[in-house]
Amino acid sequence: MCFSTLLWGEGYDTTLFATIWTKPVLLNIKLTLVLLLSSVHLQQQGENIPPPAKYGGRHTVTLIPGDGIGPELLNHVREVFRFTCVPVDFEMVNVNSALETDDDMNNAITAIRRNGVALKGNIETKHTLPASVKSRNNVLRTSLDLYANVMHCQSLPGVQTRHKNIDIMIIRENTEGEYSSLEHESVSGVVESLKIITRNNSIRIADYAFKLARERGRRRVTAVHKANIMKLGDGLFLQCCREVASGYPDITLDSMIVDNTTMQLVSKPQQFDVMVMPNLYGNVVSNVCAGLVGGPGLVPGANYGRDYAVFETATRNTGKSIAEKNIANPTAMLLASCLMLDHLNLNDYASLIRNAVLTTMNETRLHTADLGGQGTTSEVVQSVMRVIQSKGQFTAEL
Amino acid sequence: MVLYRVLSSSPNKPANALQSTLLNMQETIREPMVQDPTQFDVLVMPNLYGDILSDLCAGLIGGLGVTPSGNIGANGVAIFESVHGTAPDIAGKDLANPTALLLSAVMMLRHMGLHGHAKKIESACFDTIRDRKVLTKDLGGNSKCSEFTEAICQRMKDMD
Repeated sequence: MCFSTLLWGEGYDTTLFATIWTKPVLLNIKLTLVLLLSSVHLQQQGENIPPPAKYGGRHTVTLIPGDGIGPELLNHVREVFRFTCVPVDFEMVNVNSALETDDDMNNAITAIRRNGVALKGNIETKHTLPASVKSRNNVLRTSLDLYANVMHCQSLPGVQTRHKNIDIMIIRENTEGEYSSLEHESVSGVVESLKIITRNNSIRIADYAFKLARERGRRRVTAVHKANIMKLGDGLFLQCCREVASGYPDITLDSMIVDNTTMQLVSKPQQFDVMVMPNLYGNVVSNVCAGLVGGPGLVPGANYGRDYAVFETATRNTGKSIAEKNIANPTAMLLASCLMLDHLNLNDYASLIRNAVLTTMNETRLHTADLGGQGTTSEVVQSVMRVIQSKGQFTAEL
Repeated sequence: MVLYRVLSSSPNKPANALQSTLLNMQETIREPMVQDPTQFDVLVMPNLYGDILSDLCAGLIGGLGVTPSGNIGANGVAIFESVHGTAPDIAGKDLANPTALLLSAVMMLRHMGLHGHAKKIESACFDTIRDRKVLTKDLGGNSKCSEFTEAICQRMKDMD
């Protein structure tokens, strides 16, 4: 029996060929079926593939506590899940900046591949480490090809902010751009950094943005770029957005230069609907938007790939200075866990916890320090659990 | 864009205490700049971040119509400019707000060492805006560019 290699490419071009000749005909049929099914799987590029780690009605999710406030916030998430009897079991994998080897990273990646879904805190990247040491968060994203970072920025009713009625979806390319970690110093004192923009990834992220816009009934997608300066790089990105837009006549595409975008965001943020952009601008814009709706303690983020999804806070900061003081705002992490539950199709639990969190936020006396209040993390979590209990849902002991 | 003109110095920081803090972009932009920009004094950064942050800060103080800037080179060579667009729709109609270019000229005077003149023009300009009696359309008023300029000149005459 011999068969030639099974090949498939990244992105949109999938080539599958297998040449099989076998003596036993039965083996031939089985093998053909397997290969055919794999090719069907590969062709379903844009669809959400449900996570496979489900047994007996319970899902297994990888949990990466990270550094700073990550561990305590994720403990609170587990507390709320246990209380609400959510059918999710967490497989904890410790990856933090203290550990020197790559083993912990590999374990984490394997665990996420196995479970399909993860909830994580941010892993600190020390500036003092040599350039060859990549950010672990970045390694996680690129290894799992989590190409879309999605952040939904909404004004929350219980939080006082300068601007109201903000409702922006930010889709940020998550794997390339300025975060390619390709730098060199050919001449001492002169460093060159490579910003990588590829057609494949740009088409992919633009398509994701338009699909999401259509799903959520959004009317306009704004591509953020700096193509007047980076004519080839951002020019390619913009061109890809336009190509994808032509396939979605019901949705308008417009474009805006990144500096003007930040200016518009701080003066008239209500004009934006859905925004799509390369990596670094995504970082900037999502942080600005988080600041607009009340700060990093409030906004959840999600990273989606073709096969995996990882949920975390939108602004990806470790919060070292407020770690273990019981003052961190658990809202962002709790809302991230709700996004995860939606992804697992446990929508009822997601709505229950989400509504409880939003109800709790209406109470100003429970606001944590980042919102200008004096509340503690545990008070907020206790309040969330009490609200859940009051809904009449079957719960564990408080 | 010279950021110290955009962000007024915090009253809590003594002028001679220079604290340099390395902030990564995320920490700078996220909650601080948008939620409480007054904690910043002088920011220095590479080109792209400067482009983004300077426009962001301009948005915080009222837009590009009131934001001055200067480009300083070696040996004191400098070009001062307003960074708003050319506004062809209102060109030649006596409607534009001259504040950005005027304050850029004030920066230029300071660069040249003419601090007295700079202070005078700047105070007159700020007082006119604060007064809210004579404002151009972009600032919510109905006055012409020449009327706004005349009001500033009048204030300077009154100062003497």
